[in-house]
Amino acid sequence: MHSLTAENLTELKLKANDVRQGIIRSLLAAGSGHSAGPLDMSDVFTALYGHLMRHDPSNPEWPDRDRLLLSCGHIAPVRYSAMANFGYFPVEELLTLRKFGSRLQGHPERVTLPSVETTSGPLGEGLAQGVGMALGAKMDGKDFHTWVVTSDAEHQCGLHWEAVLTGAKFKLDNLTAIVDRNFIQIDGSTEDVMPLEPFAQKYRAFNWEVFECDGNDIAEFIATAERARSYKGKPHVIIANTIPGKGVSYMEGDYLWHGKPPNAAQADEALRELAADRERIAAHE
Amino acid sequence: MSSGTPVLDAAAQRMQLADYRAADLKLVPTRNGFGEGLIEAGSRSREVLGICADLAESTRFEGFKKAHPAQYIEIGVAEQMLVAMAGGLAAVGKIPWIASYAMFNPGRSWEQVRTIMALNETNVKIAGAHAGVSVGPDGATHQAIEDIAIMRVIPHMTVVVPCDSVQTKKATLALSEMWGPVYLRFGREKSAVITTGETPFEIGKAQIFREGGDVAIVACGILVYNALIAADRLSAQHGIECRVVNNHTVKPMDEAAIVDAARGCGTVVTVEEHQRQAGMGSRVAEILAQRHPVPIEFIGVDDRFGQSGDPFELVEYYGMGADSIVEAARRAHERKK
Ligand SMILES: Cc1ncc(C[n+]2csc(CCOP(=O)(O)OP(=O)(O)O)c2C)c(N)n1
Ligand SMILES: [Mg+2]
Repeated sequence: MHSLTAENLTELKLKANDVRQGIIRSLLAAGSGHSAGPLDMSDVFTALYGHLMRHDPSNPEWPDRDRLLLSCGHIAPVRYSAMANFGYFPVEELLTLRKFGSRLQGHPERVTLPSVETTSGPLGEGLAQGVGMALGAKMDGKDFHTWVVTSDAEHQCGLHWEAVLTGAKFKLDNLTAIVDRNFIQIDGSTEDVMPLEPFAQKYRAFNWEVFECDGNDIAEFIATAERARSYKGKPHVIIANTIPGKGVSYMEGDYLWHGKPPNAAQADEALRELAADRERIAAHE
Repeated sequence: MSSGTPVLDAAAQRMQLADYRAADLKLVPTRNGFGEGLIEAGSRSREVLGICADLAESTRFEGFKKAHPAQYIEIGVAEQMLVAMAGGLAAVGKIPWIASYAMFNPGRSWEQVRTIMALNETNVKIAGAHAGVSVGPDGATHQAIEDIAIMRVIPHMTVVVPCDSVQTKKATLALSEMWGPVYLRFGREKSAVITTGETPFEIGKAQIFREGGDVAIVACGILVYNALIAADRLSAQHGIECRVVNNHTVKPMDEAAIVDAARGCGTVVTVEEHQRQAGMGSRVAEILAQRHPVPIEFIGVDDRFGQSGDPFELVEYYGMGADSIVEAARRAHERKK
């Protein structure tokens, strides 16, 4: 994997901006869906599809591809938008999100869209499947990497911790969990609903190697993920600290945007902001 | 048949139904009735608790939380915990109502439900929200259409699927005051309010909402409304008179009412927003196969999963709209001959 150049970084930042615009457009067209999580994970998904992962959009079933599981399926709009912007399907298809007959189901379904790797939405089930894929890779001497994106509130689910135990038992160093640590869930702050802190310590106590970074800083996330991926002997978790709704100022930090889409005026405002951001990114570098 | 709205028949009057043919028929989500009922149940007894798994607004816990903050518990995304912890609370005298989407509770927590609530006989009440394909755009992962099956098969369980928000409120109150494990199922979308405050409600007692001697339509949940609309069309367009039964208690089912409907009409159509397999209609078939065999047609999802879409577009697509009921009733009527 080549290291990140300044041009690469600008390109990725522009892509992350495209991904965010795609999210807003698709949510507006859908008239329902989740805003905060998808926006805050746009930088992570751009880094994964644009730099970190071994994958080929023209050959999504390539057996040696890295596996990317989205455990918290409700943030599907970010995955769909990233996939479209990295060539898996036309960007226009994003406008079919959540509509009857669309491949872009409200929560991702592998049978309709195989490159999402698994069906998700019911929380807390992704890491366990990632453990299975990573263990299978080890059994077969395959060198693909398994990445699991998981939300912070999923850490309230028992099954997730069963997977953490199991990943440690089998020393799955070909497995990296990425936590969207945005501190929100539906009913408010994670620390009010069901406290998760001390968060990193929990993973350490379970024998995982813990990395932490700003999940909205692409360069920092890539550097962290590269260190994590090459760490041997244990599974790894990256706690990606993010700002919910990142990129759309009126959504940022507000848990009430967890599960609703922007209306037409709000989408306009968001797209204007993102367009201005795009110009700044392009001018800067 | 001439235009002009027919007046409600004697059965509907006896049941004090709302004028469900009115153009300005009220539409209210059934889950609102749960929210209202729970507030009142919490006032009637301080032992009534509301336990929430990060879905306060969707499951309509907000009002209860405001009215009875000391009786409200939030535990985050942990549905198995919901059941097991409620079992513990019930064991020391509490009456816990636990609510999530039906897909996750009882979907995810089923073994805890079976062992801790039913085998262990505890007084825990489950509210299953967002049941059926009418959940809409969230898609198949969130559309519980197997929940009646997995709950009605558990010994000691009481399973209630009310027809509208007003009845959901009454059911919430009645179930709170009845001892034993219960499952109350309701939906997300706005749906027709066909009963009134005066309409009677008793757990385990099916209700005749319309009289007719040709076909019995036995329905539960929000599709009771579709059944009534279908019955009107069958009468006006095909001269087929239907008895419409609101079979809200799936377990223990009102066997006498089911047998009486089969005897009186000679054929039955069952209607539910659920898989045809193993649901309310299947229970009707089990009863009738043993006690009074007649031809039966089943309205429900035919061994498929749901998908994203507009809620009522999906109800139609999966064959649960009024037109599908009309067709099923005509088939049932044919089969009688
Ligand atoms: C097992 C399960 N229970 C409940 C839900 C409903 N639900 C959807 S998202 C969510 C929690 C949201 O918090 P988080 O996962 O941190 O996502 P964020 O809001 O940060 O995007 C819940 C409870 C679900 N999808 N799965
Ligand atoms: Mg979160």
